[in-house]
Amino acid sequence: MRIITRYLIEGILALFAVLLSTTIILLVSGAPPFAAYYYLFNGSLGSWTKLAQVIQVWVPLTLCASGLLYTFRIDLWNIGVEGQIMLGAVFTTAVLRIDAAKSMPILFIGLSLAAGIFGGAIWAVVAGFLKTKGGVNEIFAGLGLNFVGQGVILWLIFGPWHRPGIASMSGTELFPQKLWLPFYPALRLSPAGLVLAVAALVLTALFLRYTRMGLNLKAIGNNRDAAMLFGLKPDRYMIIAMIFAGGFAGLAGSVQAAGVYHRLLPAISSNYGYLALLVVMLSNYNVWITPLVAFFFACLNVGSIQLPMMLQLDSSLSGVIQGAFVLAALSVYAWRVRAKLTGEMAKDDGT
Amino acid sequence: MWIELRNIHKYYGSIQANCGVNLTIRPGTVHGILGENGAGKTTLMKILAGYSRKTRGAVLIDNSPVNYQTPAQAAKLGIGMLYQDPLDFPLLTVLENFMLGQISGIRNKKRVFAKIFEDMAGALNFSLRPDTLVKKLTIGERQQLEILRLLAQGVRVLILDEPTTGISGEQKKILFQALKKLVGEDKSVVLVSHKLEDVESVCDKITVMKQGSVSGEIKRPFVTHTLLKMMFGTPPVPVSHTRVKPIDCVLELTRVSALGGRAGLKNCSLAVHQGEVVGLAGLEGSGQDVFLRIAAGLKRPSKGSISLQGTNMHGEDYHTFKNRGVAYLPGSRIEQGLIPGLNIAEHVSLQDKKKGFFVNRLHSVQGAKKRIADFRIKAEPESLVESLSGGNQQRLLLSFLPEDPVLLLLDNPTRGLDMESVLWVWEYLHAYSTHNACLVFSSSELDEILTNADRVLVFFDGAVIKDTPTDQTDAHELGRAIAGKA
Repeated sequence: MRIITRYLIEGILALFAVLLSTTIILLVSGAPPFAAYYYLFNGSLGSWTKLAQVIQVWVPLTLCASGLLYTFRIDLWNIGVEGQIMLGAVFTTAVLRIDAAKSMPILFIGLSLAAGIFGGAIWAVVAGFLKTKGGVNEIFAGLGLNFVGQGVILWLIFGPWHRPGIASMSGTELFPQKLWLPFYPALRLSPAGLVLAVAALVLTALFLRYTRMGLNLKAIGNNRDAAMLFGLKPDRYMIIAMIFAGGFAGLAGSVQAAGVYHRLLPAISSNYGYLALLVVMLSNYNVWITPLVAFFFACLNVGSIQLPMMLQLDSSLSGVIQGAFVLAALSVYAWRVRAKLTGEMAKDDGT
Repeated sequence: MWIELRNIHKYYGSIQANCGVNLTIRPGTVHGILGENGAGKTTLMKILAGYSRKTRGAVLIDNSPVNYQTPAQAAKLGIGMLYQDPLDFPLLTVLENFMLGQISGIRNKKRVFAKIFEDMAGALNFSLRPDTLVKKLTIGERQQLEILRLLAQGVRVLILDEPTTGISGEQKKILFQALKKLVGEDKSVVLVSHKLEDVESVCDKITVMKQGSVSGEIKRPFVTHTLLKMMFGTPPVPVSHTRVKPIDCVLELTRVSALGGRAGLKNCSLAVHQGEVVGLAGLEGSGQDVFLRIAAGLKRPSKGSISLQGTNMHGEDYHTFKNRGVAYLPGSRIEQGLIPGLNIAEHVSLQDKKKGFFVNRLHSVQGAKKRIADFRIKAEPESLVESLSGGNQQRLLLSFLPEDPVLLLLDNPTRGLDMESVLWVWEYLHAYSTHNACLVFSSSELDEILTNADRVLVFFDGAVIKDTPTDQTDAHELGRAIAGKA
């Protein structure tokens, strides 16, 4: 009970710090803060269409965040999640471009999703092997592979997969409508993505809590040396965690390509991978808080689209708010650690 | 400058590092502080140098009490300390390091300082070139640089913590000559060491520390026997062991060398046998830890071969060693042995041999309950391991040892335990050796080795310098070997 109260207090503190800093930024840039908050809210939750857009952002965020929970659990920083989204999208596109796809749409949509998972997982496994076999820090490996992934997409769009007659940053040709993920025309929202994201989240929660592998991941993440003495092989589990993370990120890429944009774009990942890292950290690596934070971030992303029109503000404001949120959360966290330390030191001096 | 430490106490939590230390340091003397690892020498010196704060007690300089909180304030008063690992900046040159902390203003006074540096180095017979990069220096040379820097800052009381570890014989000679010279200029030198030979050769006065307090003080000439007695206490009557003569060789090392730890392991050849209990003595980091990790397959030797029950184990990993019946108990329980954030039941599931996709919670809670009862652990199956006391953590770790190991390797199995737990642990461990397992354990307590082992190996500077049955030796002889006099 005390812990819940403490989290609540910390959450409110962080929220307050964010509001304060954002308000200051808004005042400095000469915008009325309350109007800005109103448009942010109205632009994200003001109507069913807006909410559908928020969910469209929430789906890839949650998919990536689910995958990242595995890697964080084993104490790996899978920053390569961006590249894994891209490769998922590339593999999906490759399957949907096959000529036979048009005659068997259901089969090929399924295949394309599987291919997306496979593509993301491959990209993650490359980083994993660089880490376990080559001793390359997973952050550098992942970051490097993100650039390579971006390069692959650009090469495909301007090279082998360019639109007939032209090649442009707007991406490849649209897939035939038969091959799009089914969607509600009124909301332009594909329920398949929503189902996949919720499934990923539930699966992750169950896996981490109830399976032997989940326990082993936690053991290795908390104390790699001791876990090895217990007979676990840390390298093997790192690869497994990377496969899960890459698989879910690849699936996010699949949904973006097959369900949202219906083509391959240079910006197919929309930085949702990086954002998902922040989401998981802000949730304190808790499976059930993750979707809430992801929803909040999705609201900010969608809501800020209105700001330039209504208040002549730059839409990057949402980025500023998200950044402020992370900083505030980290400050609150640092404050908690410090309070705990000084408490312990006071105890020590007392003896 | 006279320094007096009065009734110094230092606690880290509930651990007493110093209790009631009185010490006087006179000008013009080399004062030796001798003692085993963990005797409280370094803690005391860190307090004197302003790096740690004392819990209680007073420091007096020339009869007036002083109260300083930081090394900088101590240096202003003229007290400076040279650490085991010199604190310098590897990417700067010798001269730049020397100038740090001395320069003020914006003018670069390189030439002035180069002159001062060369004069000072010449006076002490240190052959350091001012333009060398510090990262290219040996430990001994970095030490010389640090001494010069401290002296240039006006330090009149120079504290050296284990200065002879890792330097060559020639450098040691130069260092000792320099110390004599400084003392001749009415400065004082405090030399902290566990090496008898060093303190005997250079000090004018020796204070021996044991378990956080002063156990004796003598002036020249020194009697080795008396010093050893102060360091290790009176040797207990060894308990006789009547066991079957060992026959079958369990583990054999042939000319094994490895890096790691403070001293590494140098050209080690030895064999241990079925049913044998072998104690590893020596100052911490003299090679025992490396030996145990190599024997467990956790570390690969850089040279030499290792065989287990006649099978060559070259290049095999820990898991192969483990499957062949080698069990290893790490020295630091919560850092290396247990997993913080996991409870006892979860540890039991990690250990569970029966594989399955899901964790069998019921099964693991039952297993945890059984261990808690069998090993008298004061905890619940859901207790997080970091919440257990040291004794209970150790009991838990012991409960994870396999039932019929061939070779049990234990790194300080009773460190930090209360007397009751120690006795309990040994009762438990001896049951293994009666079942023909070979036990190898390290310990910093000679008494513990003499009472529990059949055979003792003394490590010094990475090599086994004494290998003898425990009933043919005593604490005094082992003490000499530990200090490097085999």
